[in-house]
Amino acid sequence: MQMKALKNFLQTYSLFIGFSIIVLAIVEWLVRSKIVPSFIIPAPTGVVSMIFANWQPLLIEHLSATMLEFFIGFSIAVIGGILIAVIMFFSKTIEKIVYPAVVISQMIPIIALSPIFVLWFGYTIWSKVAVTFLICFFPIVVGTYDGLKSCDKEYIEMLRSMGANRFQIFQKLQIPMALPSFFSGFKMAIVFALVGATIGEWLGASEGLGYYSRRMSGNLNAEGVFAAITVLTIVGILLFALASWIEKRVTNKWSKAN
Amino acid sequence: MTLKLKNISYSYSNKDKQKNQVISKLNMEIKKGEFISIVGRSGTGKSTILRLMTGLLQPDEGEIRIDDLEISLGDVGYMPQKDLLLPWRTILDNILIASEIQKDLHISKDEARIWLQRVGLSEYEHALPKQLSGGMRQRVAFLRALLTGKDVLLLDEPFGALDALTKKEMQSWLLSIWQDLNKTIVFITHDLEEAIFVSDRILLLHPDQRIEEILIPLPRPRKSEMLFSEEIVTLRQELEKKIANESTQKFSTNL
Repeated sequence: MQMKALKNFLQTYSLFIGFSIIVLAIVEWLVRSKIVPSFIIPAPTGVVSMIFANWQPLLIEHLSATMLEFFIGFSIAVIGGILIAVIMFFSKTIEKIVYPAVVISQMIPIIALSPIFVLWFGYTIWSKVAVTFLICFFPIVVGTYDGLKSCDKEYIEMLRSMGANRFQIFQKLQIPMALPSFFSGFKMAIVFALVGATIGEWLGASEGLGYYSRRMSGNLNAEGVFAAITVLTIVGILLFALASWIEKRVTNKWSKAN
Repeated sequence: MTLKLKNISYSYSNKDKQKNQVISKLNMEIKKGEFISIVGRSGTGKSTILRLMTGLLQPDEGEIRIDDLEISLGDVGYMPQKDLLLPWRTILDNILIASEIQKDLHISKDEARIWLQRVGLSEYEHALPKQLSGGMRQRVAFLRALLTGKDVLLLDEPFGALDALTKKEMQSWLLSIWQDLNKTIVFITHDLEEAIFVSDRILLLHPDQRIEEILIPLPRPRKSEMLFSEEIVTLRQELEKKIANESTQKFSTNL
Protein backbone atom coordinates (compact mmCIF):
# COMPACT_ATOMS: atom_id res chain seq x y z
CA MET A 1 0.00 0.00 0.00
CA GLN A 2 2.74 2.43 1.00
CA MET A 3 4.90 1.32 -1.89
CA LYS A 4 2.02 2.04 -4.22
CA ALA A 5 1.51 5.50 -2.74
CA LEU A 6 5.20 6.24 -3.17
CA LYS A 7 5.10 5.05 -6.76
CA ASN A 8 2.08 7.25 -7.45
CA PHE A 9 3.81 10.19 -5.88
CA LEU A 10 6.92 9.72 -7.97
CA GLN A 11 4.89 9.29 -11.14
CA THR A 12 3.08 12.57 -10.52
CA TYR A 13 5.94 14.71 -9.32
CA SER A 14 9.14 13.19 -10.76
CA LEU A 15 9.28 15.73 -13.61
CA PHE A 16 8.81 18.62 -11.24
CA ILE A 17 11.40 17.30 -8.81
CA GLY A 18 13.88 16.72 -11.61
CA PHE A 19 13.32 20.24 -12.92
CA SER A 20 13.80 21.75 -9.45
CA ILE A 21 17.05 19.86 -8.92
CA ILE A 22 18.40 21.15 -12.23
CA VAL A 23 17.45 24.77 -11.40
CA LEU A 24 18.99 24.50 -7.92
CA ALA A 25 22.17 22.98 -9.37
CA ILE A 26 22.47 25.83 -11.87
CA VAL A 27 21.99 28.43 -9.11
CA GLU A 28 24.56 26.66 -6.95
CA TRP A 29 27.05 26.68 -9.81
CA LEU A 30 26.37 30.38 -10.62
CA VAL A 31 27.04 31.38 -7.03
CA ARG A 32 30.09 29.16 -6.51
CA SER A 33 31.76 30.36 -9.67
CA LYS A 34 31.07 33.95 -8.49
CA ILE A 35 28.99 34.87 -11.53
CA VAL A 36 26.19 35.97 -9.19
CA PRO A 37 27.11 37.42 -5.80
CA SER A 38 25.63 35.50 -2.87
CA PHE A 39 23.79 38.51 -1.42
CA ILE A 40 21.66 38.62 -4.60
CA ILE A 41 20.85 34.92 -4.76
CA PRO A 42 22.24 32.65 -2.07
CA ALA A 43 23.57 29.20 -2.88
CA PRO A 44 20.97 26.51 -2.10
CA THR A 45 23.49 24.67 0.06
CA GLY A 46 24.06 27.89 1.97
CA VAL A 47 20.32 28.20 2.63
CA VAL A 48 20.12 24.62 3.84
CA SER A 49 23.08 25.02 6.15
CA MET A 50 21.51 28.28 7.41
CA ILE A 51 18.34 26.37 8.29
CA PHE A 52 20.33 23.66 10.07
CA ALA A 53 22.47 26.14 11.95
CA ASN A 54 19.51 28.23 13.08
CA TRP A 55 16.85 25.57 13.39
CA GLN A 56 16.06 26.46 16.96
CA PRO A 57 15.06 30.14 16.52
CA LEU A 58 13.67 29.46 13.03
CA LEU A 59 11.48 26.48 13.75
CA ILE A 60 10.70 26.85 17.43
CA GLU A 61 10.48 30.56 18.06
CA HIS A 62 9.49 32.09 14.72
CA LEU A 63 7.62 29.29 13.00
CA SER A 64 5.46 28.60 16.02
CA ALA A 65 4.59 32.31 16.30
CA THR A 66 3.58 32.39 12.63
CA MET A 67 1.62 29.16 12.96
CA LEU A 68 -0.34 30.48 15.91
CA GLU A 69 -1.38 33.59 13.97
CA PHE A 70 -2.17 31.42 10.98
CA PHE A 71 -4.24 29.01 13.02
CA ILE A 72 -6.36 31.65 14.75
CA GLY A 73 -6.85 33.75 11.61
CA PHE A 74 -7.66 30.76 9.41
CA SER A 75 -10.08 29.24 11.94
CA ILE A 76 -12.00 32.48 12.26
CA ALA A 77 -12.05 32.80 8.47
CA VAL A 78 -13.40 29.27 7.99
CA ILE A 79 -16.09 29.53 10.66
CA GLY A 80 -17.01 33.12 9.80
CA GLY A 81 -16.83 32.51 6.05
CA ILE A 82 -19.15 29.51 6.18
CA LEU A 83 -21.53 31.40 8.44
CA ILE A 84 -21.66 34.44 6.16
CA ALA A 85 -22.14 32.23 3.09
CA VAL A 86 -24.97 30.22 4.67
CA ILE A 87 -26.77 33.33 5.91
CA MET A 88 -26.44 34.96 2.47
CA PHE A 89 -27.75 31.77 0.93
CA PHE A 90 -30.88 31.75 3.06
CA SER A 91 -31.62 35.47 2.95
CA LYS A 92 -31.72 37.36 -0.32
CA THR A 93 -31.81 40.67 1.55
CA ILE A 94 -28.69 39.92 3.56
CA GLU A 95 -27.00 38.68 0.40
CA LYS A 96 -27.70 42.00 -1.28
CA ILE A 97 -26.21 43.88 1.66
CA VAL A 98 -23.24 41.65 2.45
CA TYR A 99 -22.00 40.31 -0.88
CA PRO A 100 -20.85 43.68 -2.27
CA ALA A 101 -19.17 44.42 1.05
CA VAL A 102 -17.34 41.10 0.91
CA VAL A 103 -16.10 41.86 -2.60
CA ILE A 104 -15.11 45.42 -1.73
CA SER A 105 -13.14 44.16 1.27
CA GLN A 106 -10.85 42.45 -1.23
CA MET A 107 -10.15 45.70 -3.07
CA ILE A 108 -8.50 47.22 -0.02
CA PRO A 109 -4.73 47.06 -0.32
CA ILE A 110 -3.82 45.24 2.88
CA ILE A 111 -0.52 47.05 3.16
CA ALA A 112 -2.37 50.37 3.24
CA LEU A 113 -4.74 49.13 5.88
CA SER A 114 -2.09 47.65 8.14
CA PRO A 115 -1.15 50.83 10.02
CA ILE A 116 -4.80 51.05 11.01
CA PHE A 117 -4.74 47.45 12.21
CA VAL A 118 -1.69 48.28 14.28
CA LEU A 119 -3.57 51.30 15.60
CA TRP A 120 -6.53 49.13 16.56
CA PHE A 121 -4.78 46.07 17.86
CA GLY A 122 -1.29 47.37 18.68
CA TYR A 123 1.68 45.08 18.08
CA THR A 124 -0.23 42.15 19.56
CA ILE A 125 -0.97 38.92 17.75
CA TRP A 126 -4.40 40.30 16.76
CA SER A 127 -3.08 42.72 14.15
CA LYS A 128 -1.52 39.74 12.38
CA VAL A 129 -4.66 37.64 12.84
CA ALA A 130 -6.68 40.47 11.27
CA VAL A 131 -4.48 40.52 8.16
CA THR A 132 -4.63 36.72 7.92
CA PHE A 133 -8.41 36.75 8.19
CA LEU A 134 -8.87 39.51 5.65
CA ILE A 135 -6.66 37.75 3.13
CA CYS A 136 -8.16 34.28 3.38
CA PHE A 137 -11.86 34.57 4.21
CA PHE A 138 -12.85 35.62 0.69
CA PRO A 139 -12.29 32.29 -1.08
CA ILE A 140 -14.16 30.53 1.73
CA VAL A 141 -17.22 32.77 1.47
CA VAL A 142 -17.33 32.68 -2.32
CA GLY A 143 -16.58 28.94 -2.51
CA THR A 144 -19.27 28.04 0.01
CA TYR A 145 -21.87 30.44 -1.36
CA ASP A 146 -21.37 29.51 -5.00
CA GLY A 147 -21.36 25.84 -4.05
CA LEU A 148 -24.66 26.13 -2.22
CA LYS A 149 -26.17 28.02 -5.13
CA SER A 150 -24.83 25.60 -7.72
CA CYS A 151 -27.48 23.02 -6.87
CA ASP A 152 -29.65 22.23 -9.87
CA LYS A 153 -33.28 23.28 -9.56
CA GLU A 154 -34.36 19.92 -10.90
CA TYR A 155 -32.77 18.09 -7.98
CA ILE A 156 -34.52 20.40 -5.54
CA GLU A 157 -37.86 19.79 -7.23
CA MET A 158 -37.29 16.06 -7.14
CA LEU A 159 -36.84 16.17 -3.36
CA ARG A 160 -39.70 18.63 -2.94
CA SER A 161 -42.00 16.29 -4.84
CA MET A 162 -41.28 13.76 -2.09
CA GLY A 163 -42.35 16.29 0.49
CA ALA A 164 -38.89 17.37 1.68
CA ASN A 165 -38.72 20.54 3.76
CA ARG A 166 -36.15 23.28 3.39
CA PHE A 167 -33.81 21.85 6.00
CA GLN A 168 -33.86 18.38 4.45
CA ILE A 169 -33.08 19.84 1.03
CA PHE A 170 -30.22 21.80 2.59
CA GLN A 171 -28.82 18.81 4.43
CA LYS A 172 -29.30 16.04 1.89
CA LEU A 173 -28.74 17.98 -1.30
CA GLN A 174 -27.26 21.43 -1.05
CA ILE A 175 -24.47 20.72 1.43
CA PRO A 176 -23.06 17.71 -0.43
CA MET A 177 -23.40 19.61 -3.71
CA ALA A 178 -21.47 22.55 -2.20
CA LEU A 179 -18.56 20.48 -0.88
CA PRO A 180 -16.35 20.50 -4.01
CA SER A 181 -16.65 24.26 -4.43
CA PHE A 182 -16.21 24.87 -0.69
CA PHE A 183 -13.02 22.82 -0.67
CA SER A 184 -11.59 24.68 -3.67
CA GLY A 185 -11.97 27.83 -1.59
CA PHE A 186 -10.69 26.08 1.52
CA LYS A 187 -7.49 24.91 -0.17
CA MET A 188 -6.84 28.36 -1.60
CA ALA A 189 -7.54 29.97 1.76
CA ILE A 190 -5.19 27.70 3.71
CA VAL A 191 -2.27 28.79 1.53
CA PHE A 192 -3.32 32.46 1.50
CA ALA A 193 -3.64 32.39 5.28
CA LEU A 194 0.00 31.47 5.73
CA VAL A 195 1.02 34.28 3.39
CA GLY A 196 -1.31 36.58 5.31
CA ALA A 197 0.29 35.77 8.63
CA THR A 198 3.72 36.45 7.14
CA ILE A 199 2.65 39.77 5.62
CA GLY A 200 1.12 40.73 8.95
CA GLU A 201 4.51 40.16 10.57
CA TRP A 202 6.31 42.21 7.95
CA LEU A 203 4.12 45.13 8.87
CA GLY A 204 5.02 45.06 12.51
CA ALA A 205 5.97 42.22 14.82
CA SER A 206 8.62 41.02 17.20
CA GLU A 207 8.59 37.37 16.19
CA GLY A 208 7.51 35.09 13.37
CA LEU A 209 9.01 34.08 10.05
CA GLY A 210 7.86 37.29 8.37
CA TYR A 211 9.60 39.34 11.00
CA TYR A 212 12.69 37.11 10.76
CA SER A 213 12.97 37.44 6.98
CA ARG A 214 12.52 41.21 7.21
CA ARG A 215 15.28 41.47 9.77
CA MET A 216 17.58 39.30 7.64
CA SER A 217 16.79 41.35 4.57
CA GLY A 218 17.72 44.48 6.51
CA ASN A 219 21.08 42.87 7.22
CA LEU A 220 21.47 41.97 3.53
CA ASN A 221 21.51 38.35 4.66
CA ALA A 222 19.94 36.70 1.60
CA GLU A 223 20.57 33.23 3.02
CA GLY A 224 18.46 34.11 6.06
CA VAL A 225 15.63 35.47 3.93
CA PHE A 226 15.63 32.39 1.75
CA ALA A 227 15.84 30.11 4.78
CA ALA A 228 12.61 31.62 6.09
CA ILE A 229 11.00 31.39 2.65
CA THR A 230 12.05 27.75 2.35
CA VAL A 231 10.52 26.89 5.72
CA LEU A 232 7.32 28.74 4.78
CA THR A 233 7.15 26.92 1.45
CA ILE A 234 7.50 23.52 3.06
CA VAL A 235 4.84 24.37 5.66
CA GLY A 236 2.58 25.69 2.88
CA ILE A 237 2.89 22.44 0.93
CA LEU A 238 2.16 20.41 4.06
CA LEU A 239 -0.89 22.55 4.84
CA PHE A 240 -2.19 22.12 1.31
CA ALA A 241 -1.73 18.37 1.60
CA LEU A 242 -3.56 18.44 4.93
CA ALA A 243 -6.43 20.37 3.33
CA SER A 244 -6.67 17.82 0.52
CA TRP A 245 -6.72 15.03 3.05
CA ILE A 246 -9.50 16.74 5.03
CA GLU A 247 -11.42 17.20 1.79
CA LYS A 248 -11.28 13.48 1.08
CA ARG A 249 -12.32 12.56 4.61
CA VAL A 250 -15.23 14.96 4.79
CA THR A 251 -16.51 14.19 1.30
CA ASN A 252 -16.46 10.46 2.03
CA LYS A 253 -18.01 10.80 5.43
CA TRP A 254 -20.77 13.12 4.31
CA SER A 255 -21.72 10.93 1.39
CA LYS A 256 -21.97 7.94 3.72
CA ALA A 257 -23.92 9.72 6.47
CA ASN A 258 -26.33 11.50 4.17
CA MET B 1 -58.64 5.53 -5.22
CA THR B 2 -59.34 7.98 -8.00
CA LEU B 3 -57.29 10.91 -9.14
CA LYS B 4 -59.50 13.80 -10.22
CA LEU B 5 -58.53 16.99 -11.98
CA LYS B 6 -61.37 19.49 -11.92
CA ASN B 7 -61.40 22.59 -14.10
CA ILE B 8 -57.66 23.04 -13.99
CA SER B 9 -56.19 26.14 -15.62
CA TYR B 10 -52.59 27.14 -15.53
CA SER B 11 -50.56 29.86 -17.17
CA TYR B 12 -46.90 30.73 -17.09
CA SER B 13 -45.94 34.35 -16.83
CA ASN B 14 -43.04 35.29 -19.05
CA LYS B 15 -40.46 38.04 -18.62
CA ASP B 16 -42.83 40.84 -19.57
CA LYS B 17 -45.34 39.58 -17.00
CA GLN B 18 -47.60 38.46 -19.80
CA LYS B 19 -49.61 35.40 -18.94
CA ASN B 20 -49.26 32.53 -21.29
CA GLN B 21 -51.96 29.99 -20.76
CA VAL B 22 -50.94 26.39 -21.31
CA ILE B 23 -53.83 24.55 -19.73
CA SER B 24 -57.40 25.69 -19.60
CA LYS B 25 -60.35 24.04 -17.91
CA LEU B 26 -58.87 20.59 -17.88
CA ASN B 27 -61.05 17.83 -16.48
CA MET B 28 -59.78 14.33 -16.05
CA GLU B 29 -60.46 11.30 -13.96
CA ILE B 30 -58.00 8.50 -13.53
CA LYS B 31 -59.02 5.28 -11.84
CA LYS B 32 -56.92 3.08 -9.65
CA GLY B 33 -54.63 0.79 -11.59
CA GLU B 34 -55.01 2.66 -14.85
CA PHE B 35 -52.12 3.30 -17.19
CA ILE B 36 -52.52 6.64 -18.93
CA SER B 37 -50.24 8.24 -21.48
CA ILE B 38 -50.13 11.91 -22.29
CA VAL B 39 -48.92 12.76 -25.79
CA GLY B 40 -48.81 15.98 -27.75
CA ARG B 41 -46.47 18.39 -29.42
CA SER B 42 -43.88 20.31 -27.43
CA GLY B 43 -45.37 23.20 -25.55
CA THR B 44 -48.82 21.70 -25.13
CA GLY B 45 -48.31 21.39 -21.38
CA LYS B 46 -47.57 17.71 -20.85
CA SER B 47 -44.93 18.22 -18.19
CA THR B 48 -46.98 21.03 -16.67
CA ILE B 49 -49.89 18.66 -16.04
CA LEU B 50 -47.54 16.24 -14.28
CA ARG B 51 -45.97 18.97 -12.19
CA LEU B 52 -49.42 20.19 -11.20
CA MET B 53 -50.26 16.64 -10.07
CA THR B 54 -47.15 16.50 -7.88
CA GLY B 55 -48.02 19.79 -6.20
CA LEU B 56 -44.83 21.45 -7.44
CA LEU B 57 -47.05 23.89 -9.35
CA GLN B 58 -50.28 25.39 -8.09
CA PRO B 59 -53.14 25.68 -10.62
CA ASP B 60 -54.57 29.16 -11.24
CA GLU B 61 -58.01 27.68 -10.79
CA GLY B 62 -59.52 24.28 -10.22
CA GLU B 63 -58.33 21.50 -7.95
CA ILE B 64 -56.64 18.16 -8.02
CA ARG B 65 -57.81 15.53 -5.58
CA ILE B 66 -56.99 11.97 -4.70
CA ASP B 67 -60.08 10.43 -3.12
CA ASP B 68 -61.49 13.84 -2.20
CA LEU B 69 -58.28 14.98 -0.52
CA GLU B 70 -56.58 17.90 -2.20
CA ILE B 71 -53.16 16.95 -3.44
CA SER B 72 -50.00 18.25 -1.77
CA LEU B 73 -46.27 17.66 -2.10
CA GLY B 74 -45.28 14.12 -1.23
CA ASP B 75 -48.60 12.51 -2.24
CA VAL B 76 -47.42 10.90 -5.45
CA GLY B 77 -44.30 9.22 -6.77
CA TYR B 78 -42.66 11.39 -9.42
CA MET B 79 -40.00 10.40 -11.89
CA PRO B 80 -38.62 13.39 -13.81
CA GLN B 81 -37.15 13.28 -17.32
CA LYS B 82 -33.57 13.07 -16.14
CA ASP B 83 -32.77 10.32 -13.69
CA LEU B 84 -31.43 12.88 -11.14
CA LEU B 85 -29.74 10.23 -9.03
CA LEU B 86 -27.58 11.82 -6.36
CA PRO B 87 -24.05 11.11 -7.59
CA TRP B 88 -22.51 10.70 -4.12
CA ARG B 89 -25.05 8.15 -2.92
CA THR B 90 -24.90 4.45 -3.66
CA ILE B 91 -27.75 2.91 -5.62
CA LEU B 92 -29.28 1.49 -2.45
CA ASP B 93 -29.14 4.86 -0.68
CA ASN B 94 -30.58 6.60 -3.72
CA ILE B 95 -33.71 4.48 -3.76
CA LEU B 96 -34.13 4.84 0.01
CA ILE B 97 -34.11 8.63 0.00
CA ALA B 98 -37.89 9.01 0.14
CA SER B 99 -38.04 6.97 3.33
CA GLU B 100 -35.40 9.26 4.87
CA ILE B 101 -37.51 12.28 4.03
CA GLN B 102 -40.96 11.02 4.95
CA LYS B 103 -41.20 10.07 8.59
CA ASP B 104 -44.26 7.85 8.20
CA LEU B 105 -42.69 5.86 5.40
CA HIS B 106 -40.70 2.86 6.58
CA ILE B 107 -38.83 0.86 4.02
CA SER B 108 -36.06 -1.34 5.30
CA LYS B 109 -32.80 -1.91 3.49
CA ASP B 110 -33.83 -5.52 3.00
CA GLU B 111 -37.02 -4.55 1.23
CA ALA B 112 -35.04 -2.20 -0.96
CA ARG B 113 -32.59 -4.99 -1.75
CA ILE B 114 -35.43 -7.26 -2.81
CA TRP B 115 -36.53 -4.58 -5.24
CA LEU B 116 -33.05 -4.17 -6.64
CA GLN B 117 -33.01 -7.89 -7.22
CA ARG B 118 -36.35 -7.74 -9.01
CA VAL B 119 -35.07 -5.18 -11.46
CA GLY B 120 -31.84 -7.11 -11.96
CA LEU B 121 -29.54 -4.69 -10.18
CA SER B 122 -28.75 -6.55 -6.97
CA GLU B 123 -25.00 -6.60 -7.63
CA TYR B 124 -25.03 -2.81 -8.03
CA GLU B 125 -26.32 -2.12 -4.54
CA HIS B 126 -23.09 -0.38 -3.46
CA ALA B 127 -22.24 1.09 -6.86
CA LEU B 128 -22.42 4.79 -7.57
CA PRO B 129 -24.79 6.06 -10.29
CA LYS B 130 -21.94 6.93 -12.67
CA GLN B 131 -21.02 3.25 -12.85
CA LEU B 132 -24.40 2.36 -14.36
CA SER B 133 -25.65 2.51 -17.94
CA GLY B 134 -28.53 4.76 -18.99
CA GLY B 135 -31.14 2.01 -18.86
CA MET B 136 -29.98 0.87 -15.41
CA ARG B 137 -30.12 4.41 -14.08
CA GLN B 138 -33.69 4.78 -15.32
CA ARG B 139 -34.62 1.60 -13.48
CA VAL B 140 -33.07 2.99 -10.32
CA ALA B 141 -34.92 6.29 -10.77
CA PHE B 142 -38.14 4.33 -11.25
CA LEU B 143 -37.52 2.34 -8.07
CA ARG B 144 -36.91 5.57 -6.20
CA ALA B 145 -40.33 6.82 -7.32
CA LEU B 146 -41.91 3.46 -6.58
CA LEU B 147 -40.46 3.27 -3.08
CA THR B 148 -42.23 6.47 -2.13
CA GLY B 149 -44.99 3.91 -1.57
CA LYS B 150 -47.63 6.06 -3.27
CA ASP B 151 -50.49 4.69 -5.36
CA VAL B 152 -49.95 7.16 -8.17
CA LEU B 153 -46.73 7.22 -10.18
CA LEU B 154 -46.04 10.07 -12.56
CA LEU B 155 -43.40 9.33 -15.17
CA ASP B 156 -42.13 12.17 -17.35
CA GLU B 157 -40.65 10.71 -20.54
CA PRO B 158 -38.72 8.12 -18.61
CA PHE B 159 -37.30 6.36 -21.64
CA GLY B 160 -36.84 9.38 -23.90
CA ALA B 161 -33.06 9.31 -23.81
CA LEU B 162 -32.63 5.55 -24.31
CA ASP B 163 -31.75 3.74 -27.52
CA ALA B 164 -34.52 1.88 -29.33
CA LEU B 165 -33.62 -1.61 -28.11
CA THR B 166 -33.20 -0.65 -24.47
CA LYS B 167 -36.42 1.31 -24.70
CA LYS B 168 -38.36 -1.78 -25.82
CA GLU B 169 -36.93 -3.80 -22.94
CA MET B 170 -37.77 -1.10 -20.47
CA GLN B 171 -41.37 -0.88 -21.70
CA SER B 172 -41.99 -4.58 -21.17
CA TRP B 173 -40.21 -4.37 -17.85
CA LEU B 174 -42.37 -1.45 -16.70
CA LEU B 175 -45.57 -3.22 -17.76
CA SER B 176 -44.64 -6.38 -15.87
CA ILE B 177 -44.04 -4.44 -12.68
CA TRP B 178 -47.17 -2.36 -13.09
CA GLN B 179 -49.33 -5.47 -13.57
CA ASP B 180 -48.11 -6.95 -10.30
CA LEU B 181 -48.55 -3.80 -8.25
CA ASN B 182 -51.89 -2.32 -9.16
CA LYS B 183 -50.42 1.19 -9.25
CA THR B 184 -51.84 4.05 -11.24
CA ILE B 185 -49.38 5.34 -13.80
CA VAL B 186 -49.47 8.60 -15.72
CA PHE B 187 -46.85 8.54 -18.42
CA ILE B 188 -45.58 11.25 -20.75
CA THR B 189 -44.04 10.28 -24.04
CA HIS B 190 -43.21 11.63 -27.49
CA ASP B 191 -43.31 8.17 -28.95
CA LEU B 192 -46.75 7.14 -30.23
CA GLU B 193 -45.80 3.49 -30.57
CA GLU B 194 -44.70 3.49 -26.97
CA ALA B 195 -47.92 5.21 -25.88
CA ILE B 196 -50.08 2.66 -27.67
CA PHE B 197 -48.07 -0.27 -26.37
CA VAL B 198 -48.21 0.60 -22.69
CA SER B 199 -51.46 2.50 -22.06
CA ASP B 200 -55.13 1.89 -21.43
CA ARG B 201 -55.94 5.39 -22.54
CA ILE B 202 -54.03 8.10 -24.39
CA LEU B 203 -54.67 11.76 -23.78
CA LEU B 204 -53.73 13.79 -26.82
CA LEU B 205 -53.06 17.44 -25.98
CA HIS B 206 -53.73 19.94 -28.76
CA PRO B 207 -52.01 23.32 -29.03
CA ASP B 208 -55.43 25.00 -28.75
CA GLN B 209 -55.76 23.36 -25.31
CA ARG B 210 -58.33 20.81 -26.42
CA ILE B 211 -57.81 17.32 -25.08
CA GLU B 212 -58.71 14.23 -26.96
CA GLU B 213 -59.02 10.84 -25.35
CA ILE B 214 -58.19 7.66 -27.22
CA LEU B 215 -58.90 4.21 -25.82
CA ILE B 216 -56.46 1.48 -26.72
CA PRO B 217 -58.35 -1.69 -27.56
CA LEU B 218 -55.56 -4.12 -26.76
CA PRO B 219 -55.79 -6.95 -24.22
CA ARG B 220 -53.32 -7.39 -21.38
CA PRO B 221 -50.66 -8.68 -21.10
CA ARG B 222 -49.35 -6.86 -24.12
CA LYS B 223 -46.97 -8.32 -26.65
CA SER B 224 -45.01 -6.36 -29.18
CA GLU B 225 -46.61 -8.30 -32.08
CA MET B 226 -49.91 -6.69 -31.20
CA LEU B 227 -48.60 -3.40 -32.50
CA PHE B 228 -48.70 -4.75 -36.04
CA SER B 229 -52.38 -5.74 -36.15
CA GLU B 230 -54.37 -3.82 -38.75
CA GLU B 231 -56.51 -2.07 -36.19
CA ILE B 232 -53.53 -0.72 -34.27
CA VAL B 233 -51.62 0.32 -37.36
CA THR B 234 -54.65 2.36 -38.51
CA LEU B 235 -55.02 3.88 -35.05
CA ARG B 236 -51.41 4.89 -35.03
CA GLN B 237 -51.65 6.44 -38.48
CA GLU B 238 -54.70 8.42 -37.43
CA LEU B 239 -52.91 9.68 -34.35
CA GLU B 240 -49.86 10.62 -36.33
CA LYS B 241 -52.00 12.51 -38.84
CA LYS B 242 -53.73 14.40 -36.06
CA ILE B 243 -50.47 15.58 -34.59
CA ALA B 244 -48.87 16.31 -37.97
CA ASN B 245 -51.87 18.33 -39.21
CA GLU B 246 -51.65 20.55 -36.22
CA SER B 247 -48.18 21.59 -37.12
CA THR B 248 -49.14 22.61 -40.66
CA GLN B 249 -52.16 24.51 -39.41
CA LYS B 250 -50.09 26.25 -36.84
CA PHE B 251 -47.39 27.22 -39.30
CA SER B 252 -49.85 28.43 -41.91
CA THR B 253 -51.57 30.72 -39.42
CA ASN B 254 -48.20 32.02 -38.34
CA LEU B 255 -47.35 32.88 -41.95
